[in-house]
Amino acid sequence: MTDPRGTEESPPVVTRPPSTGDDELTRRGARAERAAAVSFLLAMAAAIGLTIVYWEGGQPQAEGILLAVVLGGIGVGIVLWAKHFMPTEDVAEDRHPMESSEEDIAAFAADFQAGGSSLQRRRVLVATAGGACAALGVALLFPIRSLGPRPGRGFKQTAYKGGDIRVVDENGMPVHPRDLPVDGFITVWPDGHTDDADASTLLIHFRSDQDFQPKAGREDWTVDDIVAYSKLCTHVGCPVGLYQAELGLLLCPCHQSTFDVMRHAKPIFGPAARSLPQLPLGLDGDGFIIATADFSGPVGPGFWDRGR
Amino acid sequence: MSEQATPRPARRSPERLYTHRIARWIDGRLGAAKFARTALNKVFPDNWSFMLGELALYSFVVLVLTGIYLTFFFDASSNRVVYTGSYEPLRGVEMTQAYRSALELSFDVRAGLVMRQIHHWAALLFLAAITVHLARVFFTGAFRRPREINWIIGCTLLPLAMFNGLFGYSLLDDQLSGTGLRIVYGITISIPLVGTWAASLLFGGEFPGPDIIQRLYVIHILLVPALIAVLIALHLAILVRHKHTQFPGPGRREDNVVGERLWPTYAFKALGLFFLTSGVLALLGGVFQINPIWVYGPFDPAEVSTASQPDWYMGWLDGALRIMPGWEIRAFGFEIPNPFFPGVLLAGVTFALLYAWPFLEARVTGDHSEHHILDRPRQRPVRTALGTATLSFYVICFFGAAADVLASTFGLSVNAILWTFRILVLVVPPVVAWVTYRLCKELSARDGLPIASQVTMREIPRRLLRGRAAET
Repeated sequence: MTDPRGTEESPPVVTRPPSTGDDELTRRGARAERAAAVSFLLAMAAAIGLTIVYWEGGQPQAEGILLAVVLGGIGVGIVLWAKHFMPTEDVAEDRHPMESSEEDIAAFAADFQAGGSSLQRRRVLVATAGGACAALGVALLFPIRSLGPRPGRGFKQTAYKGGDIRVVDENGMPVHPRDLPVDGFITVWPDGHTDDADASTLLIHFRSDQDFQPKAGREDWTVDDIVAYSKLCTHVGCPVGLYQAELGLLLCPCHQSTFDVMRHAKPIFGPAARSLPQLPLGLDGDGFIIATADFSGPVGPGFWDRGR
Repeated sequence: MSEQATPRPARRSPERLYTHRIARWIDGRLGAAKFARTALNKVFPDNWSFMLGELALYSFVVLVLTGIYLTFFFDASSNRVVYTGSYEPLRGVEMTQAYRSALELSFDVRAGLVMRQIHHWAALLFLAAITVHLARVFFTGAFRRPREINWIIGCTLLPLAMFNGLFGYSLLDDQLSGTGLRIVYGITISIPLVGTWAASLLFGGEFPGPDIIQRLYVIHILLVPALIAVLIALHLAILVRHKHTQFPGPGRREDNVVGERLWPTYAFKALGLFFLTSGVLALLGGVFQINPIWVYGPFDPAEVSTASQPDWYMGWLDGALRIMPGWEIRAFGFEIPNPFFPGVLLAGVTFALLYAWPFLEARVTGDHSEHHILDRPRQRPVRTALGTATLSFYVICFFGAAADVLASTFGLSVNAILWTFRILVLVVPPVVAWVTYRLCKELSARDGLPIASQVTMREIPRRLLRGRAAET
């Protein structure tokens, strides 16, 4: 960069010259004044209209439009006023480097040190006072701990823990295998926990001609072609709400993670990197569907020590 | 400060009596006349792009004014109630008091809906103005010495405004806001080591957490706005101290500032712009529906609507979450989950680079002197190319957030669209950089403008590592 400092003469004052004669100027001035006054009047009228609309019970669209006219009218009036009747000449103001002069810095340093010498002589006080303030700072951090409980087992288990718990629909009714048509799916919870955000479960009734292959060790986790997976996406925890029965795919509407229901819900597309945890199913004495144990792993999005 | 009583001033014109007396009273206690005169004569250079920051400021004023009104009616409580209000389709539905009060605010409080919608539109404009203002400052080199501190303040204001917008629409406890919070929770627990703790402390427990609405409310209406207000005040105070930058022009030098005086022209123009901005926001808030929470219904953690999109300024983050392939790191029972990379790392790197930019650029160019004359973007091919490339990256991420909408609108497969975005996000930025670079060179050659810095792309790594370079 070239530094133009000092290479030019004093700053010229640039005035925008009027391009036309005085008559034209006064006529234009009168027009502008009229226009500005009209927009102020318009704003006034709209303000009165606004109070009437409000008084009569209010109407959002009318309120918005009238308020816009009030504010816009004032704005237009002010801008016209500024444009036509206020000085438009450019003026130059000097600018100085931000840096202080060496003398100023030296003077400051001298004054500071004159006062600060009492600090240097009281080393013990400086150290202990500093230590006390640091201790205060640390002590003040502790109340943050009150904001929430220690993240505990809740991250790794759900209300299904212990097993042999009926699954129920949103109305708390138990589910019989014949309630669920082929290709159908419903959301269920452990009995008594329909408000539990992390225990929501999908029951899916797949077709017997679909090539369902259970993961090793999970051969008896299904009941009458009904399989159960956690409804929480393993990506960031959105409910995996879309079932494409034809393909046997579960799709998360938030970020398009796709899970293969026929292959222990392993992710086949999108950002999710982990299968949906599976819930082992069974039947109780009355023929209703139960969970025989908790999910095959922690539900929902991953976290640092999930595997520990 | 003489002890003698000053003679009473000459009789003033009657209509100025009170203002005059009040001004004298204040001056008698503060001695402010000299300072006030300097302020009146302060010079501001004129350029359309200098009003972008003003737009942000005025949107913030509108946000505060409408926001105060909303706080009189909103009830930030997660207590569950049954709705019995005037919106027919939701009668008898169980919901939180927060959602109910938002419905009442929209349907039963006169002027409530228009205020709520103006508030939301103002937030969108606030973020848009900040973003474009940031781009203006970047591409014209207005961040260079002595303005690095103000750049850092501005870069802090951007995420504060983003988070406060997100927290604002997350308060209402409708289905969309609950989904947004769910994603916030998922991203928070993905942070290595401290994630679960951070989420537990923020939400007061596991998602949805009993306290999250009250917490967000305090953060949204007190903590962050106070921070923003203080930082804006600092931003402006430093601007006054530095005097505004100016584009090159006749009589304009590094050691002066040429423009209009604050009083009266510039002050009136600014005031007019404030009224026009709030007028446009009032029109938007009145006529264009935004965030119709009654359509989404109350939040149910087991449900989610399709086409859940965040507000525009969070779009890049949501898009990055979608574009990211299904990778994560696992070892010894520990893992760095997938959302960490787009949700925390990308955002962290983005803002770290933004903060560091003035210092990185000075290191590469070796130019550590003060600059008050702005660059034209074409004079700085490397900076401009890197800037446009970065912007293109985030624009693609932004559109990535619409992958499902694009798929259903055009009848395409979501997978194909996401794969397209995965490729575009890697290919487009380098192409944009190269095209911008060539374009800058051509344009400045055509205009006979000197290229301000001869540093080429290839030299950057070496110069970054070596530090101070002699050539400018």
